[in-house]
Amino acid sequence: MEGIIGYGASIPRNRIKVEEIAKVWGADAPSYKKGLLVEEKSVPSPDQDTITMSVEASKSALKRAGINPKEIGAVYIGSESHPYAVKPSGTVLAEAIGATPEVHTADLEFACKAGTEGMFIAFGLVKAGLIKYGLAVGADTSQGAPGDALEYTAAAGAAAYLFGREKVVAEVLETYSYTTDTPDFWRREYQYYPQHGGRFTGDPAYFKHITGAARGIMEKSGLKPADFQYIIFHQPNGKFPFRAGEILGFAKKQIEPGWLVNKLGNTYSGSSPLGLTATLDISKPGDLVLIVSYGSGAGSDAFILKVTDRINEVRELAPKTRELLDKNRNYLEYGTYAKFRHKIRKAE
Amino acid sequence: MPTPSRYWREIPQRYRLEAAKCKNCGYVAFPPRLVCPRCQSRAFETIILSDAGKIVTYTIIRVPPQPFSDQAPYAVGIVELDDGVRLTGQIVDCAFEELQIGKRVKIEFRKVSEEGEAGVIYYGYKFVPA
Repeated sequence: MEGIIGYGASIPRNRIKVEEIAKVWGADAPSYKKGLLVEEKSVPSPDQDTITMSVEASKSALKRAGINPKEIGAVYIGSESHPYAVKPSGTVLAEAIGATPEVHTADLEFACKAGTEGMFIAFGLVKAGLIKYGLAVGADTSQGAPGDALEYTAAAGAAAYLFGREKVVAEVLETYSYTTDTPDFWRREYQYYPQHGGRFTGDPAYFKHITGAARGIMEKSGLKPADFQYIIFHQPNGKFPFRAGEILGFAKKQIEPGWLVNKLGNTYSGSSPLGLTATLDISKPGDLVLIVSYGSGAGSDAFILKVTDRINEVRELAPKTRELLDKNRNYLEYGTYAKFRHKIRKAE
Repeated sequence: MPTPSRYWREIPQRYRLEAAKCKNCGYVAFPPRLVCPRCQSRAFETIILSDAGKIVTYTIIRVPPQPFSDQAPYAVGIVELDDGVRLTGQIVDCAFEELQIGKRVKIEFRKVSEEGEAGVIYYGYKFVPA
């Protein structure tokens, strides 16, 4: 059966704490930490972007899958921070892993859902028999406007998934998508920072689509919350995934292994895919895993995965997500962070 | 500053560390050559260099050339990869006091430079602590 044959993660080593951001804007750090359930977030170095993190995550996915990259038939990067407005990110990735030139490549964008979109398409092409292997990456170096609530969470990271038919690590048992037109978060062309609808991003946006997709896929598959070992929801902040879990009847312990946002921040297109890499790192053969992404605008993709015996063979072949999160951290002051994120206006 | 066409020509080396190994005497040329400097053979096979090695020597650049002015101070080193090939590159994600000759490093894919805000972004390899 078709499914994930390799997975990998990339997280920059730089961090900034909520206190450091709050200090600059005269905000109350404890109330932000309590309100968002976020303590710190990752920050890319000036030489890291969506493309470089996608390459690193994909190299780990290739190590776990142990396949010839020339046999990859499709390469997709989902991101809202592609380094070029015009010029694909995917071509750099395809070239860097040695998948060119016989490969279909596309860049996807759908706010925080672009990563699972790529997974959906790559899996679909493998299942249809059009390609042998497909690579999908969710990656972002997200920006929140200085002083905006989003600045406390907008983070950087990438997760990569290789899909195939043999040597499967996690079979895809079911897929489901739930989409409506909901303007809860957007960025117009030539605008540097996004805007959002404040509280409107909650009930009619995140919760409606997450619960809609989760209920839809469970109904389609005949499964209920208790059947799953783990569940990963999109993590724009720490609170939302737990509240979505409460609404749907999932326990905290099903959510916690893939809940990275308190130390990582919101990695947008990388968010739920990174939650899944952390979950696969600790899952056992036979575990059922549900992942539900959310992208503003708005929509959710859901996948039901069944972990196979092969997980035990591939787990140690590349760095684990929690190790990337916990090791070798470098804490930045706001000034350095502002320089790294090009928030300082320089002379032309 | 490289031009887009020169950068493009070097993509197999900068992205994938493709080297040429002499089929006659085993000499590894990086970047690839047409004629082996050791045995003058013209028969090469393409190999991919190892992605890890150790620092042979390093220095800290404090007065950088213009494309790197925002990055100073930064470390540049010569690294001997596990297959014996020596490469020059930036050593990043490492505090200067942790730099040491003999230290294990691995290769990561990073942005190397860019043609200002509007130009081409040049990607390639850098070294990070293993």
